[in-house]
Amino acid sequence: MANILAVDDSASMRQMVSFTLKAAGHTVTDAADGKQALDIAKTKSFDLVLTDVNMPVMDGLTLTRELRALPAFKFTPVLVLTTEAGMEKKQEGRAAGATGWLVKPFNPDQLLATIKKVLG
Amino acid sequence: MSIDISQFHDVFFEESFEGLDAMENGLLNLDEGAADIDAINTIFRAAHSIKGGAGTFGFMAVSEFTHVMETLLDEMRNGQREVTSDSTNLLLEAVDVLREMLTAVQQKTDTDDERIAAVNKQLAAMLAGEKSAADSGDEDAHDVTTSEENAEQKIAGWQITFHPHKHLFQTGNDPVRMLRELASLGDLTSQLNDDGLPDFAELEPEDSYLSWHLTLKGDISKDDVVEIFEWVDDDCDLEIEAIMQAPTNVEIAVAQLDKNVADPVAEVQQESKSEPSSEPAPSPVKAVAKKAAASPPAATSIRVGTDKVDSLINLVGELVITQSMLSQIGDNFVPNMLPQLIDGLAQLERNSREMQEAIMRIRMLPISFAFNRFPRLVHDLSDKSGKKVELKLTGEQTELDKTVMEKIGDPLVHLVRNSLDHGLETPEVRLAAGKDETGTIQLNAFHQGGNIIIEIVDDGAGLNEEKIFSKAVEKGLVEADADLSPEKIHELIFLPGFSTADVVSDISGRGVGMDVVRSNITGLGGSVEIKSKRGEGSTFTIRLPLTLAIMDGQTIRVANENYIVPLISIIETLEVKESDMKYVSGKGELYPLRDEYVPVIRLYDIFNLEPTITDLEEGLLVIVEGEGQKIGLFIDDLLGQQQVVIKSLETNYRKVVGLSGATILGDGNVALILDVPGLMALYRDPSLAKVITSERAA
Repeated sequence: MANILAVDDSASMRQMVSFTLKAAGHTVTDAADGKQALDIAKTKSFDLVLTDVNMPVMDGLTLTRELRALPAFKFTPVLVLTTEAGMEKKQEGRAAGATGWLVKPFNPDQLLATIKKVLG
Repeated sequence: MSIDISQFHDVFFEESFEGLDAMENGLLNLDEGAADIDAINTIFRAAHSIKGGAGTFGFMAVSEFTHVMETLLDEMRNGQREVTSDSTNLLLEAVDVLREMLTAVQQKTDTDDERIAAVNKQLAAMLAGEKSAADSGDEDAHDVTTSEENAEQKIAGWQITFHPHKHLFQTGNDPVRMLRELASLGDLTSQLNDDGLPDFAELEPEDSYLSWHLTLKGDISKDDVVEIFEWVDDDCDLEIEAIMQAPTNVEIAVAQLDKNVADPVAEVQQESKSEPSSEPAPSPVKAVAKKAAASPPAATSIRVGTDKVDSLINLVGELVITQSMLSQIGDNFVPNMLPQLIDGLAQLERNSREMQEAIMRIRMLPISFAFNRFPRLVHDLSDKSGKKVELKLTGEQTELDKTVMEKIGDPLVHLVRNSLDHGLETPEVRLAAGKDETGTIQLNAFHQGGNIIIEIVDDGAGLNEEKIFSKAVEKGLVEADADLSPEKIHELIFLPGFSTADVVSDISGRGVGMDVVRSNITGLGGSVEIKSKRGEGSTFTIRLPLTLAIMDGQTIRVANENYIVPLISIIETLEVKESDMKYVSGKGELYPLRDEYVPVIRLYDIFNLEPTITDLEEGLLVIVEGEGQKIGLFIDDLLGQQQVVIKSLETNYRKVVGLSGATILGDGNVALILDVPGLMALYRDPSLAKVITSERAA
C-alpha cells in the first residue's frame, strides 16, 4: 500500500509502529533520529512520514523543516507523534510545516485510522 | 484486526532501564553546578520516552508518575526553573521509585504504593500545584452544557464554509481528503467557489485558490465536524453553522419533555463526572516485595557487537573447510597420508581454539556495566558521611564474562563502602594531615595474563595495624604474643567475625564483610589481596579468571588417579627430601619454604586412596595458595597442562569439600578438580570428610 518513514528514538515505539503498519500492508522504513531520517529521505521518497518530536541529534520539528526544503517532500504528509496536546506545541508543529499530529499514547488501531485518514 | 503489542514490552523495559541510568548519570553530573542545557535535555528526553512508552503499552501508573517528573524537567530546560540540589536529589529519588515501579511491572510483583505516593506528593509540591481541581471541574461543566444544548434542539446538519489559505498544500494537507471525510459522516452536498482562481498564466500549481460551501445533513455532532479540520484550522477560514429543523407540534412537546428529563440528566452527568476525581480509593498499602529477594529473570540477554558475530561466522567457515579436508583423508586413508592427517588435526585444533576464544568473547561485556552504579553510590555515601570524595574510574572498557561481572558487583560495593567508611578521613582530618580535603577512590580494571585485575585504591588513612591486631586478639583469632608482619596483620581482616567498627554503621562494619567478600571472589575462581600504608591509603586487588566455565588446569597423578589443580593456585613445584621436613606434634609435616612453614598434605590420605608412592623423594610437592595461605600437596607426578571445561559436581551430584568440580579429559576419563581452600579446610578438620562418608552410608 503506502511507503512510510517512521522516526522515533525509542526502539520499542519503532518496533510497535513498524509492526502495526506492516501488518496493514504498508512498507515501513525506520530511523532513530532526525538526522538518520533526513539521510534516508535524501535517497528515497515516501508517501508519509511519521516522526517523534523529542529525539537526540535532530528533533522532529527540525526534521520536518528540513524535509519541506526537499523537493520530493514538499507536499508529503508529515505527522508528528507528540505527547504534548497544548496549543503552543501545535503552533510550532504547524510552523515547521507538519501536516498534523498524533497524540501519544496511541494504540495500533488509532495509528492505522489516522494513517488511513491522511492517505485516503 | 487487533494487534498484540505485548511482544514489545521487553524492549520497552530494557530501554526504560537504560533511560533511567542515563537520567541518573545526568542528574549526578548536574549536581556539580553548571546548568548544562544539553544535559538537561538528555534527562528530559529520557523521562519523556519512558512516559510515552509506558502510556502506549498500557502502564498508566508509570506514565502518570513520570509525567510529573517530566514537567519539572521541562521547566528546567526552558529556564523557568533553577537547577538546585534539592530538585536534583528529589528527582534522583524519583528515578529510584520509577526503577522499582518498572521492575514490579516487569516481574509482576507488588509496588510500594506508600513510597510512590509520598515522592509523587513531593514532586507535585515542588511544581507548586499548577493543576487544580477547579480546572477539571470547568471542563465537566462545559461538557454538560453542550450535552444540554444537544438535548434541547435537534440539529439537522451543518452549513460549512471552508476556505483554505493559499499555502495549505505546503503542510501536506489536501482539501479533498477533508471533503471525503465529511462525506463519510453524512449526506454532503458541496458548492465550489472559484472566485479566487487567477488567470492560467498566473496560476501557481502549489497554491490553493478554491473554497467551498458545504451542506452536511445528518445527526452529526459539531465536534466530529470540527475534528476533521483540526489540523488546518489556522490555515483556513472555517465557518460552521447548525441547520435547525423547525420543530413540529409533536416535536415541541417532546422537546419540552426532553428538557425536563435533560436537566436531571445533566445534573446526574455532572455528578458522575466529578466523582472520578475522588474515585481511586486508596489501595491497601501492600508490603514491598523485597527487590533483593526477587529471583533473577528467567531469560537474560546480551548485546553482541556484529563484529564479534562476523568473526564467529568466519571461524565456522574455516572449521567447515578443515572438516571436509579431514573427511576426505578419512575416506581414502592409506598410511602414507599420515603427515596430512596430522596437519589436518593441528588445523582442527587451531580452529577449535579460535572458535572457543571467539565464543567466550561473546559472553564478555565491558566492566562499565558493573562500575556504573558507583558514581551514585559514592555520591550518596559522601552526602551521608560528610566526607568529600572523588571517584575515578579507569579501564571501563575492559571486558569480562557477564556472569562473573554480575557476581562481582556486591563484593565491589562492599570494598568501595569499606574504603569510604574506614579508609577515607573527614575533610578536617585530611586537611590537618596535609592532604587535599577531597579524598579519591579509584576503580581500575585491566587484563593481565589470562585474568582481569580490578583495583580499589583509596588515598585515605590506610589500615590501622594496631587496631586490627588488638581486635583480632580480642576475638581470639590470634595469639597476643604473635609476631606478625604488617602484611600478615592486613590479612586478619579477611577472617570471619572480624570488624573494627565500634558502632555497627549502616554502611559497613557488622563483621560479615571481608570474609564474605573473599569467599565470593574465590567462589568465582579468583583472589583478593590487600596492600596498605599508614597515612597514605589502601589498595585492594581482585584477580578474576576471564571466564567461569573454562579453567587452566595442571593435571596431576596420585595413586593411579588423575586430578586437576587450578593453575592459578600453583606457586611452585619442588622435589623434596625427608631431611627437609619438620614435624610438629598435632600439625603433621611442615615444609620450610623460605620464611614460612607450609603444611604438607598427602593427597592419597585425604582421598582415601591406596598409595603407590609414599617416599617423599619419589614424588613431588606442589605448593599451592588459597585465601592467603599456602599448602603443599604431595603427589606422584605432574602430567600435562590444559584448559578444562569445569562441570559442576554440585548440580550433578552434590557438594564435596575439597573438590570444585569435574571434567572429562581428552582420553575420555573423568578427572576431579581440586579446590585448594576446601583441601585446607579438610586438613584442619578431617572430620569434614567423615560427614561425607556417613552421608553416603545413609
